Amino acid sequence: MSTATAPNGAALSTGSGILLVAEREIGSKLRSKAFLISTGILLLIALAGVLIGGFMSKNTTETKIAVTAETAQTLHGLPGLAPTEVADATAAERLVRDGTVEAALIPAPGDAAFGYQIVALKEAPKSLQGLLAKTPKVTILEPDTTNPLLRYLVAIGFGVVFLMAASTFGATMAQSVVEEKSTRVVELLLAAIPARVLLAGKVIGNTVLAMAQILLLAAIAVVGLIVTGQNSVLQGLGSPLVWFAVFFLFGFVLLASLFAAAASLVSRQEDIGSTTMPITMLVMAPYILVIIFNDNPVVMTILSYIPFSAPVAMPVRLFVGEAQWWEPLASLVILLAACVAAILVAAKIYENSLLRMGARVKLADALSGR
Amino acid sequence: MTTVLPRSGAETTTTGLLELEGLTKSYGSRRVLDDVSFRVEPGRLTGFVGGNGAGKTTTMRIVLGVLGADGGAVRLGGHDVAAADRRHFGYMPEERGLYPKMRVLEQVAYLARLHGFGKSEATARGEALLTELGLGERLHDTIESLSLGNQQRAQIAAALVHDPEVLILDEPFSGLDPLAVDVVAGVLQARAAQGAAILFSSHQLDVVERLCDDLVIIAGGTIRAAGSREQLRAQHSAPRYELVSDADAGWIRSEPGITVVDFEGGTAVFDAASPEDAQRVLRAALGHGIVHAFTPQHPSLAQIFKEVIQ
Repeated sequence: MSTATAPNGAALSTGSGILLVAEREIGSKLRSKAFLISTGILLLIALAGVLIGGFMSKNTTETKIAVTAETAQTLHGLPGLAPTEVADATAAERLVRDGTVEAALIPAPGDAAFGYQIVALKEAPKSLQGLLAKTPKVTILEPDTTNPLLRYLVAIGFGVVFLMAASTFGATMAQSVVEEKSTRVVELLLAAIPARVLLAGKVIGNTVLAMAQILLLAAIAVVGLIVTGQNSVLQGLGSPLVWFAVFFLFGFVLLASLFAAAASLVSRQEDIGSTTMPITMLVMAPYILVIIFNDNPVVMTILSYIPFSAPVAMPVRLFVGEAQWWEPLASLVILLAACVAAILVAAKIYENSLLRMGARVKLADALSGR
Repeated sequence: MTTVLPRSGAETTTTGLLELEGLTKSYGSRRVLDDVSFRVEPGRLTGFVGGNGAGKTTTMRIVLGVLGADGGAVRLGGHDVAAADRRHFGYMPEERGLYPKMRVLEQVAYLARLHGFGKSEATARGEALLTELGLGERLHDTIESLSLGNQQRAQIAAALVHDPEVLILDEPFSGLDPLAVDVVAGVLQARAAQGAAILFSSHQLDVVERLCDDLVIIAGGTIRAAGSREQLRAQHSAPRYELVSDADAGWIRSEPGITVVDFEGGTAVFDAASPEDAQRVLRAALGHGIVHAFTPQHPSLAQIFKEVIQ
């Protein structure tokens, strides 16, 4: 029994209305087993990726070499080799033939320059040749700041995470809007709170979930890098990771608003695809473009200022050291402006379409409120 | 057991009157509401009757503020209804809807919280109300696991949980078995007795007839009749009587001022031009034989409805 003195609830402020909606949005998602399992799998994949990457970079498999007493000294101090000392050249050759070793280093008194020779079965062992070769000193004037493979991997990493999180939670957002419409619960909600409060609550709820997933992934990446001793990668990745999180936050708010607006145009789950397709393309674009053009500074610079691709392109540019300190800030301002504009337009479409059941609402009608 | 807190009846009578005045609404060139005006009095059940597409749902949505009107006003206690007033409105949409995967109590408590109640109070109210409606055993089941009738009860709980002063119920009885109709009707009557103004639409004219104090009939977007049930009956019927007697009642046909509607042996149903004509028939009937019954007939709501919407 209630002990309140007022016959009815006190007026609900806009803020607490938004929080309530967000809370329900998060709660219902966290209760979904499918969601928890897929998040768990995603985190495991991320962890596995970091760990495998770490072990791979460490475990450059050692080349097995057979040596004799005379040549053993030559290999002393050279990395990546596992020498096995045998009695003489014949024994060494036998090991090469039966595959126990990849190559053998045997004395060659006739060779004035080296005094030894390499014996291999079919192909010349290039790594060993390289180690033993004498080369002049090299000075590189403009060294590549990062290794191209790493740059590519980081671009894919940011791209995949953005694509996964944005499309997963964008779809969640769209489904939840249509669920309210198709079950007509939206009429009850609108009788209690304004459409904008409902929209804001849903966007915030889904953004919190998406951000939580991103932060978990980032935490796993950081822990994984530390555990596998890849500290140099971690140092380069720290600031881009933070920027990625910030850009993702606003980028996702932008996308979630658009997903909500698009979904509010239809009344059935089956029709979601038809209206959210253009936004899904916008989500996929940065992933594909950044991976294709990750070594093209001009395209990357442009991409890092376009609101939809900035969350992926700017952190990659920061990682490779191509971006000036002020560039992420400038790009963020553009993103924020786009975000505000998207929210305003989305709120209008959402408000005007929520109670129109049945056929798909035309975009022009939703915008003008006819 | 009820969650409704006592209210001063006198106070709600002066503040709780819901008035609709001159509501109009068009979709494109199609006018769906034309000068719709009527009153929903606090403490009374007002039945809202009309065919499909007559404008009931549109009217209700406008009252709730879910839809905007092109013209006209909705007033509560003499002032235009504002968003703050609507927090004290309860609504049951025609097309039922609750979150399918949400638990019953959680769902009802959530709606109470959206109407401004604190978390613990919202839960307490939800639990008490659902128990009253016979869902005490199913509080923690998901909505989708309930039968349609029980979903309907949950829907009614959703409309009532914040203890509204004004209740707008679109077809609250559709899909309910006769026992559930009684349970829901009992809950609504209790709310009315506590001073709530209740407007409900229904296609089940017999239920409306049994329940409502006032009646509004709409057709083609215009109000055809509005008033108390008795008043409407008086307005929309010729005085009709039923006579049951031993003797063959065929003689009635030749009485002046009398139109026989139905006749079989000693039983006749007739309309009388005036009460005096009816009394004359009764006296004559006593002369013809034993009279078992002489009853004034009230037209059923269905009859009034048909007459009014033509």
